[in-house]
Amino acid sequence: MSDTTEALSAIPQFAADELEAPPLSLRQLAWRRFRRHKMALFGAVMLALLFVYCFGGALWVSEDYANYTDTKARLQAPSVSHPFGTDTVGRDILARTIYGGQISLIIGLTAMLVELVIGVLIGALSGYYGGWLDSILMRFTEAVFVIPQLFLLIVMAKFFGGKVPNLTLLGRTFSGSVVVVILIIGATSWVYLARIVRAEFISLKEREFILAARAIGTPARQIIFGHILPNSIAPIIVSATLSVAAAILSESYISFLGMGVQAPTATWGNMLEGAMNYIEEAPWFWIFPGTLIVLTVLSINFLGDGLRDALDPRSRVV
Amino acid sequence: MTETEPLVRVEGLVKHFPITRGILIRRQVGAVQAVDDVTFSIARGETLGLVGESGCGKTTVGRTVLGLYPATAGAIVIDGHHVRTAKGAELMAIRRKAQMIFQDPYASLNPRWTVGAIVGEPLRVHKLCRDEKERLDRVKELMQLVGLSPRLINRFPHEFSGGQRQRIGIARALASQPLFVICDEPISALDVSIQAQVVNLLEDLQERFGLTYLFIAHDLSMVRHLCTRVAVMYLGVLVEMAQRDEVYESPLHPYTQSLLSAVPVPDPQVARSRKRVLLEGEVPSPINPPGGCRFHLRCPQAEARCATDRPAWRDVGGGHWVACHRV
Repeated sequence: MSDTTEALSAIPQFAADELEAPPLSLRQLAWRRFRRHKMALFGAVMLALLFVYCFGGALWVSEDYANYTDTKARLQAPSVSHPFGTDTVGRDILARTIYGGQISLIIGLTAMLVELVIGVLIGALSGYYGGWLDSILMRFTEAVFVIPQLFLLIVMAKFFGGKVPNLTLLGRTFSGSVVVVILIIGATSWVYLARIVRAEFISLKEREFILAARAIGTPARQIIFGHILPNSIAPIIVSATLSVAAAILSESYISFLGMGVQAPTATWGNMLEGAMNYIEEAPWFWIFPGTLIVLTVLSINFLGDGLRDALDPRSRVV
Repeated sequence: MTETEPLVRVEGLVKHFPITRGILIRRQVGAVQAVDDVTFSIARGETLGLVGESGCGKTTVGRTVLGLYPATAGAIVIDGHHVRTAKGAELMAIRRKAQMIFQDPYASLNPRWTVGAIVGEPLRVHKLCRDEKERLDRVKELMQLVGLSPRLINRFPHEFSGGQRQRIGIARALASQPLFVICDEPISALDVSIQAQVVNLLEDLQERFGLTYLFIAHDLSMVRHLCTRVAVMYLGVLVEMAQRDEVYESPLHPYTQSLLSAVPVPDPQVARSRKRVLLEGEVPSPINPPGGCRFHLRCPQAEARCATDRPAWRDVGGGHWVACHRV
């Protein structure tokens, strides 16, 4: 009998304790969910290592060394003096993957940002306002959509190439061609994102919480960026992470055609391109930049996957 | 403006949703005549119940009155402000004075916002608090007011039950200290046991803040409990409006009579002995509503002119409005 009363009295106490626990903040919750996602954690760590490799490595190796040609040491296999081997003109591949990685990562991330800004803006305006604005923006999007991206890349690269002066940032001089490539990739890849965002906005704007916000008098800008955009973050993050990978690959296409980042500036993309004719006789030539591209793309995708789950408050995994 | 001026006045309200065809060149091929020539007014502190079956345009009336849907024609005046022409500061004044509680407590709260952000939104938008701390205090006060623990301020909507979520929606609606609140079926998505709690809360709040309600519902017994006056809607038009007891005890319009006879009675003996007015057929489509009286196809008392002339919406005495040729 006393056991029963004891057991019963324990129930409300337990419930009270649970209520008294201080609620976790948004960030804490997101971090907890993110931590659970082992692959995302792996992606984040790997990406951090890649950044350390590319930007920290620059402290040990100078850019001049990465671009130094030694015709006596052409196509050497990995050795103590050249751990990753040398390329066709005797440049050290280890040094070039470090500096090439900087450019590739910068191109991938900034081109994604350009794409994100254009795609989200056009998709959001089109989806939220609808009507004639939607018709105009979507016809424009479709016009960009139907032209093959490669063709656009070539035409724009030819048109803008060499018109942008070199610029100095963080003590390094970047070839103007890097900026051109970033803008071109950003400007040609936003169409998918714009359509995804538009579709999300069209479905979300009819929801009752948007009506409630309108009844409150919340300005359209806040409804778009405060209410609708956070609710469509999942597909945007997925699309953005994929586009980092796509941007790194796009850069190698145009570099391949001689219109991308100009030599001697290295990128992982144009290093791969240079290895085209030596796939069998000098595998170190493509293995190292290729592996780095694969690792980067994979890590970013895992990271995006984890972020999507972590940023969703409805997710039950805590 | 005098004290006798009603808080809300709606005259000849029409809302048609156009049906369009074509991709590049849009042309209108028809319209859903959701609301057609609706006139009513609500006095300060009063609760007007708006009843009718699903799809008759009740929700559209509510949303159009607040200007969430642009009206096709008619006049809407809330506390002296014309909703259809209001812009800028005047529109914001209307938004502050008139609020809405929604039907679906699951869809009406942003799933990515915390309760604090949701309830605090009107305070932020209308700049009603000096700083962050004052806003937080006010949000906690509002949460207490609707019976939620202020400790739950950082929780997300999905962590609450339906009834609690509806309380969050009520707290949000009250944040800007409105005069007029449209309750759009606030209880129909809730469990019966929770319905009573929410209705009592709405009553308490009305008493405390002198709120004026437009209470949209299809539960006739709940409306009888809560409302001072009741308006009955059928296929986009008002058919009858009067003091609550008058509507329930001496309904004049045949549709109201039939609607009331469908209310279940808990006593089986009374239920068996009572006269049921059963209607024939289905509610016609609002895309192509019948001419004349919209109810004539199903009306047990219809006569020839009902099919051709639209009955006027008139006061038959003592504030009892009805639209029927036979009355």
